[in-house]
Amino acid sequence: MSDLQRLREAFRTALDLPADAPVDDLQYQDNEKWDSLAHMSLVAAIEDEFSVMIDTDDVINMSSFAEATRILGKYGVDFNE
Amino acid sequence: MSVFTLSQAAKEGVLLKELSALTEHHRENCEPYARILAASGYTPATSVAGLPWLPVRLFKNLELKSIPDDEVYKVLTSSGTTGAEVSKIYLDKAAAAEQTRKLGATVQSVLGPKRLPMILVDTKAMLKDRKSFSARGAGVLGMSNFGRNHVWALDNEGHVDVEALKGFLEQYGDEPFLIFGFTYLVWLHLYEVAKDNGLDLSNGILIHSGGWKKLVDQAVSPEEFRNRLAGVGLTKVHNYYGMIEQIGTIFLEGPTGGSLYCPDFADVVIRDPETWAEQPVGQPGLIEVISTLPTSYPGHVLLTEDLGVVHGVDDGDWPGKRFSVMGRLPRAEARGCSDTYREAA
Repeated sequence: MSDLQRLREAFRTALDLPADAPVDDLQYQDNEKWDSLAHMSLVAAIEDEFSVMIDTDDVINMSSFAEATRILGKYGVDFNE
Repeated sequence: MSVFTLSQAAKEGVLLKELSALTEHHRENCEPYARILAASGYTPATSVAGLPWLPVRLFKNLELKSIPDDEVYKVLTSSGTTGAEVSKIYLDKAAAAEQTRKLGATVQSVLGPKRLPMILVDTKAMLKDRKSFSARGAGVLGMSNFGRNHVWALDNEGHVDVEALKGFLEQYGDEPFLIFGFTYLVWLHLYEVAKDNGLDLSNGILIHSGGWKKLVDQAVSPEEFRNRLAGVGLTKVHNYYGMIEQIGTIFLEGPTGGSLYCPDFADVVIRDPETWAEQPVGQPGLIEVISTLPTSYPGHVLLTEDLGVVHGVDDGDWPGKRFSVMGRLPRAEARGCSDTYREAA
């Protein structure tokens, strides 16, 4: 599974979305399942999946799927490979 | 990185400019606010203490917002001590995001940029209904951003989960970790249990809030709280003061204890409860809280019903004013001002 697929899976699992739900355009403030409690699960799921430890500012700024890919880039996960 | 950097003179220069602009913004966009200001003879302020304030209780009586209905993203509510009255705070997306960022920056001033393993001195049961958290639930959830590998110190029945705490300390106790909880829960459930079970909390950093009333009933002063916690190794302790009406702004206790400090984007003014004049250092009075964060509702300058005192200016752990909260003004005494405003509105 590609890194992008793994990230999509982490989002679907943490936000309790169907297996085929599109997630690439998800925004924190626009999706009702992505609330502050789910956000903590999401961060934990991403940290587990990619074996990274995300800093506080990045947790706060992770406000969309696209932003998550950008932030993970800082931790050495490159989605463009 | 710290948000406790500005001397009082530098801060007042910045705040006067930003808050005067915010006052104009709210006058233009919140009609009841404009009417209240007009009724009280508003003129532009020449000092931070001269900015027009609203009694915090007004948010229980009036719908005060400076954004159109279709831009309301979140409505925060808090019941006061009376239970029946509820404050309503309206946030748009920008204000919601900014309050999270500023709270984050404030807490990172003492925690650093890394998320630390975290003990939540509370019960997960409180978050059961995720559509309507209590103020306590919202506080815990807001703080949980700053931690990882969270453990709940209380089980679903509210009893201390000693085994969970022991397990956490075995795994993470040798490195810095974060403890968050409401003051009386920390006292009742963490301090006692740590003492009885010999738990080593010496690498912990405690952040706590929630008022001293329940502890005062047990005759525990803030000083004794600090001293007793030091007895179980917990010496890094930060109390904070904040309210839902200025969400995202917290006044944080400095490392040496005893005083709360204002972040760069916030300030306090202590007022004489009879004349509303600013009190000199050392004289208790009502606490007015000032913050640049309320952009979607006119809560940038609020007179609380809490009593406090400024201990000093630019002479403590961090620059600016340092102060303490002494408790609430007896209810009857505060009624006059809020009623006046209700009539004007």
